[in-house]
Parts: sequence; structure tokens; C-alpha cells
Amino acid sequence: MSELVIDPMVPGPAPAAPARGRLALSWSRIPLSGRIGAALVAFWLAAAAVGPFLAPYGVGAIVADDVFEPISLRHLLGSDYLGRDVLSRMLSGARYTVGLALAAAAIASASGCAIALFAVVSRRWVDEATSRLMDAMISVPSKVLALVMVAAFGSSIPLLLAIAAVTYIPGAYRIARSVAVGLNQMDYVEAARARGEGRLYIARHEILPNMLNPVLADFGLRFVFVVLLLSGLSFLGLGVQPPHADLGSLVRENTSGLGQAAPAVIAPALAIASLTIGMNLLIDGLAGRSAGVGGRP
Amino acid sequence: MAGVFSLILKRIGSAALILFLVSLIVFAISSLLPGDAASEMLGQSATPEAVAALRAQLGLNEPAHLRYLHWLVGLLTGNPGHSLANNMPVAALIAGRLPKSLILAAFAAGVSAPMAVSLGIAAAVKPGSALDRALSLTALSMVAVPEFLVATLGVLAFAVKLQWLPSITLIPEHPTIWQFVRGYILPVMTLSFVVTAQMARMTRAAVIDQLRQPYSEMARLKGLGPARVVIAHALPNAAGPIANAVALSLSYLLGGAIIVETIFNYPGVASLMVDAVTSRDMPLLQTCAMIFCAGYLLLVLAADICAILANPRLRRG
Repeated sequence: MSELVIDPMVPGPAPAAPARGRLALSWSRIPLSGRIGAALVAFWLAAAAVGPFLAPYGVGAIVADDVFEPISLRHLLGSDYLGRDVLSRMLSGARYTVGLALAAAAIASASGCAIALFAVVSRRWVDEATSRLMDAMISVPSKVLALVMVAAFGSSIPLLLAIAAVTYIPGAYRIARSVAVGLNQMDYVEAARARGEGRLYIARHEILPNMLNPVLADFGLRFVFVVLLLSGLSFLGLGVQPPHADLGSLVRENTSGLGQAAPAVIAPALAIASLTIGMNLLIDGLAGRSAGVGGRP
Repeated sequence: MAGVFSLILKRIGSAALILFLVSLIVFAISSLLPGDAASEMLGQSATPEAVAALRAQLGLNEPAHLRYLHWLVGLLTGNPGHSLANNMPVAALIAGRLPKSLILAAFAAGVSAPMAVSLGIAAAVKPGSALDRALSLTALSMVAVPEFLVATLGVLAFAVKLQWLPSITLIPEHPTIWQFVRGYILPVMTLSFVVTAQMARMTRAAVIDQLRQPYSEMARLKGLGPARVVIAHALPNAAGPIANAVALSLSYLLGGAIIVETIFNYPGVASLMVDAVTSRDMPLLQTCAMIFCAGYLLLVLAADICAILANPRLRRG
């Protein structure tokens, strides 16, 4: 549902502006907030990749003397509702959160982009029909769409991945289409058409390479949306199911520790926020515009 | 003026069309499954006869398009079916919950809209000022913060540490004003917190857009101060875009409500929907989902209409 907000003043497909979306790839041009974002994102990517190997205790092992212990040297982030080590569980949870979100966002961006390219180079009515269907899907708030799909299909990890990807395809489609429509009218595309190139060739060799930057920036946003959606679902008890746990599940299972201000409930929630805020700051810094990317999923 | 009306009618028509498509999507996902509600409800030990009887009673033997038509007609006539988990009509369940959700949403809108609009205007008066930069960064961060973090920190600060407010919203039958307000503060704060920054950001953009117009430059050139240019000249013209921004931002409340109602144990439609997912109560879930989609489309439509009414060029066309 965020997609309507990204460009609220432009009704319908906006003309593409590749220059505005161009990523500033030199580090020196990224503002401080963007660098902080990059550091946060890099930290969580590393945590997801190697974290479980560095975990001081086993994920399921009950190792503390008491439940909801505060921060201590033995348990850097305290213990959870069963007396397990919170830090070890978070390092494992980060792998689920980051891994699922990366995969789902990649599928959503790639499919959205492919469908958009197909629609733009196809006949007008194909484009119209696809766009109307995507409009309708965007009009279902993402959490509602995901909840309906969870109720219908269940919430095993592959299904959650598919549900998150399907939920954000329409948004990715809309951004990719608005970029592709603009590129489709460029002189060099006209030239390719005049040469007699086929539609697939034009889509793949003339339009796609120039879509990459805006689509990559949008991929970052999709990543944030998926993290928020999946951890929200897990928080409701409808996402990642035990014995697996992502960061949202950790917040849920330790909610009863809130009365004791246990780090077990606050640390995973802060972890999610640092990951998503970091990604938002990074995209904003790379895009080289003043703040204003994004919206809520 | 006739142009405006036909334009607005056209928008209403296309919103209705989208709502129809949405109902198809919701119905298709939730009821054209290989799984069978009847055998699921009765469990594994059910006799085939019992399953067949329940299937007939639920109308599951009809072809899908007929079931969809029945459901759609029922939805439109206020009889959207029977809740399987609660064993009562969906309409009765919703009737008890919908007003509560609307109250919560109204409070959240009432708190966030004035705050956001004044913040946005203040930031637009001096672009690049400390307030403006702080607002940008906050907006950028707030859109990425999960609602349950805001709610958790709020409960921790005000319910656990300070013990000023209750951590769940339990309003007694005949509440005093204080009980009523106390119960609502945390959920309303959580919801508004999340939308205010975004709304302020969009308000700022709407005002700055007006400040770039020639008439604003004229006002500056004749020596008016920035506050006067904004309030007397830009603001009347920015009213439409601001209303548009407010309506669009309020649609975030719908998603936020799902988490917030659950956390605070608030008896609204959103928590009813989460319960329906847990118990796989499809008729109830479909209806709740449609209420959310309709609410969302209404807000977007309102935003659209505000933009049309405020734009003289569209008005003439």
C-alpha cells in the first residue's frame, strides 16, 4: 500500500527520470546518514552469514540460571522466557529475517520487473489488463493480503517466502513499469524498432540495462517492506513457526518479559528497527536525494 | 463545474471497479483451495456422511462462480455469511467490533493530522533548517520502524516504569472520562507516532511545491517575510495537496491497526481478523479483509477527490 505514497502528486504512470534515480557509487558522495545506514546493513548481513557460528551457546540450549535475566557478561543480552541465551537466538533469528527478506525481495523485484517489461513491449490491451490487475492487488493492504494467504495456504517457510514475494510484486511492477514506459519512448529504442528488432530483444538489450539503478533502489525498499511484513506476521504468531524463530518470533515469545523490562523482548525489536532504518538511510544516501524515499508497507 | 462532477464520478466508478476486482482476488485466494473447510472443521475422525452433510450445509458443493456470486450478494446486502469458529452470523460479530475500530482510527487521525500538518508547515517555512532536517531523518526512520517496537517501548516506559497507563486497553461498561482516555492513550500514541512523520513530510512537500510557484516569488519580492508568504499565500493553494497527503497517510493506519489492536488486546475488527486467521475461519476473514480493502480505497478516493477539487486546471477540464 506504500506504492501510492512514493509519488503522491503524480497520478498514473510517471515519466521515467533515470538521472534522478542514478546511484551515487562513490563513497565520498554518500552523506553521513547513508554511511551509518551502510554500516548497519553490512553488520546485519554479516550477522546473518556468520553469526550462528559465533553464537556463544546453542540456539535451543537452556543455559541460564533464571528466565528473563538482565544483561550480564555471561549472557550479553540476557536470557529468554525459558532461560536460553538471547544473543545466540538473535544471531540465528537474524539469519531467518535477513535471508527470507533478501530472497523474497529479490523474487518480487525480478518478477515485477519482468512482468513490467513484458507489459510495456506488448500490445496495448495486454499492458492495460496487467496494470489494472496490479492496481487491484495494490489496493489490498499488504498485511491484509498476507494474512488471507497465510490463512489459506499456511505458514511454512517456503510458503512465507512465496507469500511475501507475491505481496510485493505489484509494487515492484508499478515502479519498473513507470521507468520502462519512459525508456520505451527513447530515441535509441525507436531506432532499434526501426532496425526491425524483436520485442524480446528490445526489452532485454535496450530497456532492461537502463532500468537497473531505479530497480535496485526499489529492491532495497522491498527488502525493508518484507522485513517489516514477516516480522509483523511472526509477532502475531502467524509467521515463522517454532522450532524456527526469526527476530519477530523472538519478540513474541518473550512478550511476558516486558513487565521486567527484559532485554529478551526489547533487543530483537531494536534489531529489526536497526536493520530496516539502516537500509532506508542507505537507499536514501545512494539515491543522492534528500530524505523522502519510501512509505509503509 | 460539470467537468469536476464527471471527473469525480469517474474516480468513484473506477474505485468501485477496483473494489470488485479486489473481492475476486480475496475470494479466489481464500476459497478456491484444494483443502476442504468441511473436513477440516470436523477433524479426522468424522464420518464421510457427516462431512457430506456439512458440505451441503455450507454450500460447498456448488461451483465456485456460484459461491462467489452468493458471497458477493450477501456482502452487499449485509449478510456476509456465518462465522464457523464463533457459530454466529459474521454481520453480528462485525457490528460489535467495527465501531470500536473506527473510534480508535478517529482518535489516531485526530491526534496525528493536526500535529503532522503544523510540523510540515513549520518545516516548509525554513527549508534546510534544523527542524526541517530533523523531520526528514525522523520520517525516513519512522517508516521503517515496526509498530510493535513503538508499542513495546511505550508500554515499557508508561505502563511498566512509570505505571501511569494500563498496558492493555480494557474499557469498563460505563467508563469515567479518565478511564476512557487512559485506556486509549497508548494505542493512539503508537498509531499516530507511525503516521505523523510521513504525513508531515508529505505536507512539507505540498507547501514547498507552492513556494516554488511564481506568485510566491512575487510575494517574496515585494518584501513579505517567509511566515507570511507561507500562511497567507502558499497555504490556501496547498490545502488540496495537504488534504491528499493526510488521506493517503491515514491509509497506513489500517496496516498499523492490525498490530496495535492485537498488542493492546483491543476488541476491534483488526484483532477479529487476526483471530479469524488463527482459527482459519474463512467467511469471517473474507469479510474483515473486504472491510479493510474498502476502507483503504475510500481513503485513496478521498485523497483523489481532494486533489481534483483543489486543482483549478482539473476543475476547468
